[in-house]
Amino acid sequence: MKEKTEKQKLVVIGNGMVGHHFLEQLAEKNGSIDFEVTVFCAEPRPAYDRVHLSEYFAGRSAEDLAMGHIEQYRKWDFELELNNPAIAIDRDKRTVTAKSGRLYTYDQLVLATGSYPFVPPIPGHQHERCFVYRTLEDLDAIRTAASTAHSGVVVGGGLLGLEAANALKALGLEAHVVEFAPGLMTTQLDEGGSDLLRKKIEALGVKVHTSRATELIAEADDRLRMQFKGGDELLTDMIVFSAGIRPHDELAKSSGLQVGERGGIVIDSRCRTSDPRIFAIGECALYEGRIFGLVAPGYSMARTAVAQLTGSETFFNGADMSTKLKLLGVQVGSIGDAHGRSEGAAAITFMDEQGGVYKRMITDAKGQKLLGAVLVGDTGDYDTLLQYHLNDIELPEHPEQLILPSVDGAGSPLGASALPASATVCSCYNVSKGQIIDVVHGGCHTLAEVKDVTKASTGCGGCAALLKNIVDSELAALGMEISNHLCAHFPYSRQELFHIIQVGEIKTFDDLLDKHGSGQGCEVCKPTAASIFASLWNEHILAQAHVGLQDTNDTFMANMQKNGSYSVVPRIPGGEITPEKLIVIGDVAKRYDLYTKITGGQRIDLFGARLEQLPEIWRELVDAGFETGHAYGKSLRTVKSCVGSTWCRFGVQDSVSMALRVENRYKGLRSPHKIKMAVSGCTRECAEAQSKDVGVIATEKGWNLFVAGNGGMRPRHADLFATDLDDETLIRYIDRFLMFYVRTADKLQRTSVWLESLDGGLDYLREVIIDDKLGICAELEAQMSRVVDSYQCEWKSAINDPEKLKRFRQFVNSTESDDKIVFVKERGQPRPATTEEILEAAESA
Amino acid sequence: MSQASARQDTINSIAITHPQWLPICRRSDLVSNSGVCALWGDTSSENADNTVKSEKKKGIALFFLPGQDRQLYAVDNWDPIAQAGVISRGIIAELEGELTIASPLYKHHFRLEDGVCIEDANIQLTTYPLAFNGNTVYIGCNK
Repeated sequence: MKEKTEKQKLVVIGNGMVGHHFLEQLAEKNGSIDFEVTVFCAEPRPAYDRVHLSEYFAGRSAEDLAMGHIEQYRKWDFELELNNPAIAIDRDKRTVTAKSGRLYTYDQLVLATGSYPFVPPIPGHQHERCFVYRTLEDLDAIRTAASTAHSGVVVGGGLLGLEAANALKALGLEAHVVEFAPGLMTTQLDEGGSDLLRKKIEALGVKVHTSRATELIAEADDRLRMQFKGGDELLTDMIVFSAGIRPHDELAKSSGLQVGERGGIVIDSRCRTSDPRIFAIGECALYEGRIFGLVAPGYSMARTAVAQLTGSETFFNGADMSTKLKLLGVQVGSIGDAHGRSEGAAAITFMDEQGGVYKRMITDAKGQKLLGAVLVGDTGDYDTLLQYHLNDIELPEHPEQLILPSVDGAGSPLGASALPASATVCSCYNVSKGQIIDVVHGGCHTLAEVKDVTKASTGCGGCAALLKNIVDSELAALGMEISNHLCAHFPYSRQELFHIIQVGEIKTFDDLLDKHGSGQGCEVCKPTAASIFASLWNEHILAQAHVGLQDTNDTFMANMQKNGSYSVVPRIPGGEITPEKLIVIGDVAKRYDLYTKITGGQRIDLFGARLEQLPEIWRELVDAGFETGHAYGKSLRTVKSCVGSTWCRFGVQDSVSMALRVENRYKGLRSPHKIKMAVSGCTRECAEAQSKDVGVIATEKGWNLFVAGNGGMRPRHADLFATDLDDETLIRYIDRFLMFYVRTADKLQRTSVWLESLDGGLDYLREVIIDDKLGICAELEAQMSRVVDSYQCEWKSAINDPEKLKRFRQFVNSTESDDKIVFVKERGQPRPATTEEILEAAESA
Repeated sequence: MSQASARQDTINSIAITHPQWLPICRRSDLVSNSGVCALWGDTSSENADNTVKSEKKKGIALFFLPGQDRQLYAVDNWDPIAQAGVISRGIIAELEGELTIASPLYKHHFRLEDGVCIEDANIQLTTYPLAFNGNTVYIGCNK
């Protein structure tokens, strides 16, 4: 029998990223058993990802950014009060008053109230075209104002200010940054780094005004006039304040909790405030006189508070504020004492004006320990430097080697083996090297498994390369060979095999096996080789040399179903179909008594065709102008589309025409796995392009390209790859992306998994495809155009070739049908009979 | 004389003399390095005139591997695991030196030599000897 104990009442005020993380951690520790949890949220929606807020303008929706979900909270049995901020705390009575007027009592209280943007009290700052940059509602208001604006000013040249400037730029405005200090990001960067950042940002078209104190904002002929100290002026249409944050500590103040002189709720290392029943975590908390305005320290505070509440002890002892990010496309990194203010600090600086790279290391007086670093333009050394800094590792004899470009590849990144077990690898989820080694020893032998179990590298992803390094070296230490061989017959990965076939111009499997393999091949290497032959040489899949290599679906150009019958999917490009063609499909389905179903990819699947019926069915379809849909192949399936600007009042581009163009271009391309695409005519995204391998979303100026999305068993949101592309650039990038994938992916690896396993990830992919880092883009395009030019409808070729049609006989020595294939009717359509139904029928006969 | 053709000659002579060797299809019906399906009467039946009733007929998968030591194999077309007649449409796969057929539905491997399922040795497909005689393919029935 379950003993009923009185639950403690836990009230949480604030549902931002840190508040949410607190609840997530609490739920993981089964918090709802001991606590009755009530959460107050001032905003109309649960916690969302504020770190990636600016992506809201690049096509990510509020749902995409969401972290907390109402259903999830319900499952955890936590009460969530949206749109209902707490307005007062009575510490004597232990109650919280909500805006709704209700009174809630608590046994324990957690303040996760976060911060608000600081708006300098400049006369005119309350003008209706002055904004802040903090919530999704702020962003909606900025977007609305931007639609009629020409230029916009961000007040504040710090990290958040530059994010906001990026957003204004993304909205098509001429963006200005006005900063009081003489440089940009002066908290994180020294003068040299700051100067280079400014040059780079100016080169991108953002106007930077430093050492400017705004004295007045006034309306001037329908525009806003900013007046600076000293007499300068700037005319603009809207202003966004991003001049730092201030802790939300009003509730704490009014209830008599101790707060800092310049704000912030004072906490100890257990995250307790001056009232032991009350905790404060995140940006509202002040620890040893400091506010921590990054998400990682906030999470660390959340974990500390959860530990306290659930009877264990961890401590928050401050946090490293090192950071690596990309601002307006410029890589910026800052570690530790970036300004070299420590006593006796010495600096080593590398500056490449031509290449736009600035790197500076701050060491102690003896040059043995790394105190800090600044990186602008290239943050490739960040991970290594950070590990030296965080773990107090002694620097090599010539520490400058760490930031100098390696001339002959001799540069030595810090090996995983040099790190102590206590080294934090993933600061988002606080995973140490020791924990990673433990799970590898515990049986996780792939990177994906390790990520799954530890969550390492699933936050910001900054530690991905280091994580892989550790996992690989640990596997090697365990004596495990990391084999990526295709199968027993070829000691090569698919990528290597692709290269071998291409360079050796190998056209047949026998030749390939002879020269590079052993044994006689199997059901793994045969279809893989067939797919590579098709990608490279594009011969008919039923060409005699390839027949024995194909999976049954490719052999019969249809999809085998459970009873040995097949389904047929004609191509319906972009999901657009005339009534005449629709009638043909209906006629064919009726004539052959096929089960008919609409697919998720906007086409029609006809089930229950017998092997010997396939050629007749296809003759009718081909005569009516249909082509094969390649539903059976590891190849392009569909390009889903919405009706776009032609019909829809919201559409900004003709998505159907683009979908048709894309589908007709890539149909027939054989690839490591199936490929799905979609084109949406506006950001409402009705075609669900962000769940596809290649997703295209219309913008006012062109197309945004998303890659490596996936639905199915392991859903993955596609990554935004490039924005505002014109038609030709879009096609060029897709050409390169697909061919690079076809060349380098593993067998049966979808683009999502491929991208995740690609060293350097999305950034690297951009370098290869946009910047042509490997110098292969021309080749990729040429290869794609060969495939496009040699396209043939496999079914059209087959029905005119008696030799190929011979294959479509149920029995080579009889015209009878397979009497084991039996259908019964359900809802007016055929379906395969069950074993019992077949037995019953046989008995009654 | 190569080993393969010596063997073929032996089978040829058996095929002509053995009463249970019967023609099943033409050589040109076979597909190199792959399978086809032929309809075959139940050989335990008393019917000697080859006019077997259809309920006693079944599909037999015929595989042709030109250039191999043994180039003809025949096994039941019915896949007892998938409960469908699809064996002839699988891929011929060599696993550790043994030739198998990978069934297309659930990818189980059946040894061509004796029909035993690699993943579950309790399951076995019936196998049949097969031989060329000129341009005709003969199937041998042991009962």
